[in-house]
Amino acid sequence: MDVEILSRIQFAFTIAFHYIYPPLSIGIAIILVIMEGMYLKTKDKFYENMTKFWVKVFALTFAVGVATGIVMEFEFGTNWATYSRFVGDVFGSALAAEGIFAFFLESGFLAVLVFGWDKVGPKMHFFSTLMVSLGSMFSAVWIVVANSWQQTPAGFHVVGEGINARAEITDFWAMVFNPSSVDRLSHVLSGCWLAGAFLIISVSAYYLIKNRHVRFAKASIKIALVVVMIASLFQLFTGHRSAVGVSKNQPAKLAAMEAVFDDQTNAPLYLFGWVDSENQKVNFGVAVPGMLSYLIGFDTNTKVTGLNSFNKEDRPPVNIVFQAYHLMVAIGFTLIAISLLGIFFWWRGTLFKQKWLLWIFVFSVLLPQIANQIGWITAEVGRQPWIVYGLLKTSEGLSKAVEAGQVWFSLILFMLIYLGLFILFIYLLNEKIQHGPEDVDSIPSEIGHPKA
Amino acid sequence: MEFTFDLNTIWFFLIGILLIGYAILDGFDLGVGALHLLVKDDSERRIMLNSIGPVWDGNEVWLVTSGGALFAAFPHVYATVFSGFYSALMMLLFMLIFRAIAIEFRSKRPMKWWRQMWDVAFSVASIFIAFLAGVVVANLVTGVPLDANKEFIGTFWSLVNPYTVLVGVTTVALFMTHGAIYGVMKTEGELQIKLRSWVNNTIIFFIICYITTTMATLIYYPHMIEHFKETPALFVLAVLNMLAIANIPREISRRKEFFAFLSSCASIAALLSLFAFGIFPNFVLASNNPELSLNIYNSASSQKTLNIMLIIAMIGVPFVLAYTISIYWIFRGKVKLTNMSY
Repeated sequence: MDVEILSRIQFAFTIAFHYIYPPLSIGIAIILVIMEGMYLKTKDKFYENMTKFWVKVFALTFAVGVATGIVMEFEFGTNWATYSRFVGDVFGSALAAEGIFAFFLESGFLAVLVFGWDKVGPKMHFFSTLMVSLGSMFSAVWIVVANSWQQTPAGFHVVGEGINARAEITDFWAMVFNPSSVDRLSHVLSGCWLAGAFLIISVSAYYLIKNRHVRFAKASIKIALVVVMIASLFQLFTGHRSAVGVSKNQPAKLAAMEAVFDDQTNAPLYLFGWVDSENQKVNFGVAVPGMLSYLIGFDTNTKVTGLNSFNKEDRPPVNIVFQAYHLMVAIGFTLIAISLLGIFFWWRGTLFKQKWLLWIFVFSVLLPQIANQIGWITAEVGRQPWIVYGLLKTSEGLSKAVEAGQVWFSLILFMLIYLGLFILFIYLLNEKIQHGPEDVDSIPSEIGHPKA
Repeated sequence: MEFTFDLNTIWFFLIGILLIGYAILDGFDLGVGALHLLVKDDSERRIMLNSIGPVWDGNEVWLVTSGGALFAAFPHVYATVFSGFYSALMMLLFMLIFRAIAIEFRSKRPMKWWRQMWDVAFSVASIFIAFLAGVVVANLVTGVPLDANKEFIGTFWSLVNPYTVLVGVTTVALFMTHGAIYGVMKTEGELQIKLRSWVNNTIIFFIICYITTTMATLIYYPHMIEHFKETPALFVLAVLNMLAIANIPREISRRKEFFAFLSSCASIAALLSLFAFGIFPNFVLASNNPELSLNIYNSASSQKTLNIMLIIAMIGVPFVLAYTISIYWIFRGKVKLTNMSY
């Protein structure tokens, strides 16, 4: 294998592994804000203990997220030096802004969130929780802005030629609000809320099935259910907007997502299928005629550009993008169904009697994780062969000073270390879950809450 | 020295300040890590760990932000150094991961082997990170071979020579001293007595390394002091550095740990400033042909970007300083173990 494929595997592997954790942190953080807000409002110790338990889970995901996150920042330079030279003027400023505006905020107040319970008053502690949550979302803002610029470059011009060519900013705000930033950011953030909230739903459902920490689990599930209902419906909206954006700005990616080979109006929307890109057809496919055209233009006569309109070397791999995209959409609808079922039975007052639904809840934690991963696969593989869409090919972005042997060495070590790290993470998460919250159930609510 | 107060120069020194912030802050927690195995008792080890518990993560953010700022302001330096020093930086990354995980996981289980394993990982990783950071910095003093396209053309082993190893060891000694002083501030009782005596040992170790490094630099890399010949006022930094170092044992014996810590911070700042003025206006000296060096002009982003970044920094930095100071204020005083501790 050559440096290019090794570097691509390494980047894909390290970013995919990293991306298990930040969505959990972002999602849990927002729920911590709600829980601690309820504690401040009711003064009921129950909510304080509840927050404390989830803070421990949060701290664990955050730690692995930080450790694997530094890698990402180094890797642009180590493996993609030519790319770094090309985009530094634009992309670098988003990364630096992330450091200054997000990381300091997050890591500073994290100290108070985790270790500051006895050091500051409840209001200051709540403020810290809020800042950690805000910091984690700021971080998503800047990193999605940077990535969106790679998808839909704006606010720049290219200076110099050949190996000296590079993109320079001409309009900072046009770079920040490039055509895909807002849609993709909202799509990413609601994906994060789903990841965090479903972890909470899953652990709580497990407690209910085991008949442990019942009050704690019921209250946690209700809070998280509200979050997932809003986030999963919002996801439908942001997903739609993103797809419409892709059809306008990255037609080759859209064509791969839906396996459109020839330009056509009345383009079909596949529910599933297996793409044979050699013969340019979809096997075992079931499609709704005209639906794709309708969805992107609200008119079945909307023309969809097919892959054949692009040079062969400018087309992304079709089947990977198609499968990733369709599975993501299917999971998205499943999550909506699970949330609505939960809300429905809650409204009927029988939520905690539906054993089958609680079992679905337990395993639901995997769904947003899978959807987040394959959503990014759709976005990143769909952008190929470009590293910066239309400007720089992935194969041209490599480090010239790095040899295959060096990448083999680092790739193998990353795989070993991350495997160990993942096992440790699961082991410790399980320890925390088995240990459970501190005497939440032994405190009758009346003690902390005299008015009740 | 040709010193024009332009955006490129400002960014050279801003990145210097970020790295000084990193060295001062992560320096003490790496130092605490380097000394960790010398403490034998489990609860004492936990006190060591928890003395840096709430802050180590924020300290590392200074490195991350320096990296981001370097990428944005001097993309060629970022690209050349990170790809050229590939294997060394990968090791640094692996050590950073091990260390973070060790801190986080060590006290989560009670088994002796478990804790011993993570203690070793924590300590070895801390020493290694300090050492590698020193080696990287030293290579900017010695220079590395570059081609006309700003690409590194050496090998991993060309980064390792007696001088760069010496600077690596000096960095370990410096951070050990710094960490021991921080430890004295954060502990009490027997552990504090032990740490106080270690300050005296580590500072001797550091001073020996420091003198050797200085002599080696003057003999083998005289270009580092050219600016000092032209602008003798810069010698103030060298004097300040020595005074700050000399003040450490004095404050320690007077039981003024906080002032000893400030002196140690000042000596780190002065040392890195000496380094920065030494290499200015180059970032990466080309050892094969000085013409090919990456300096603050041929490796920089556009003026517009440097300007935007300056605005970002001016908005962001006051906030960063405000949180950093508040966090250290909230967690001031001696370490007490609680059920939320590591």
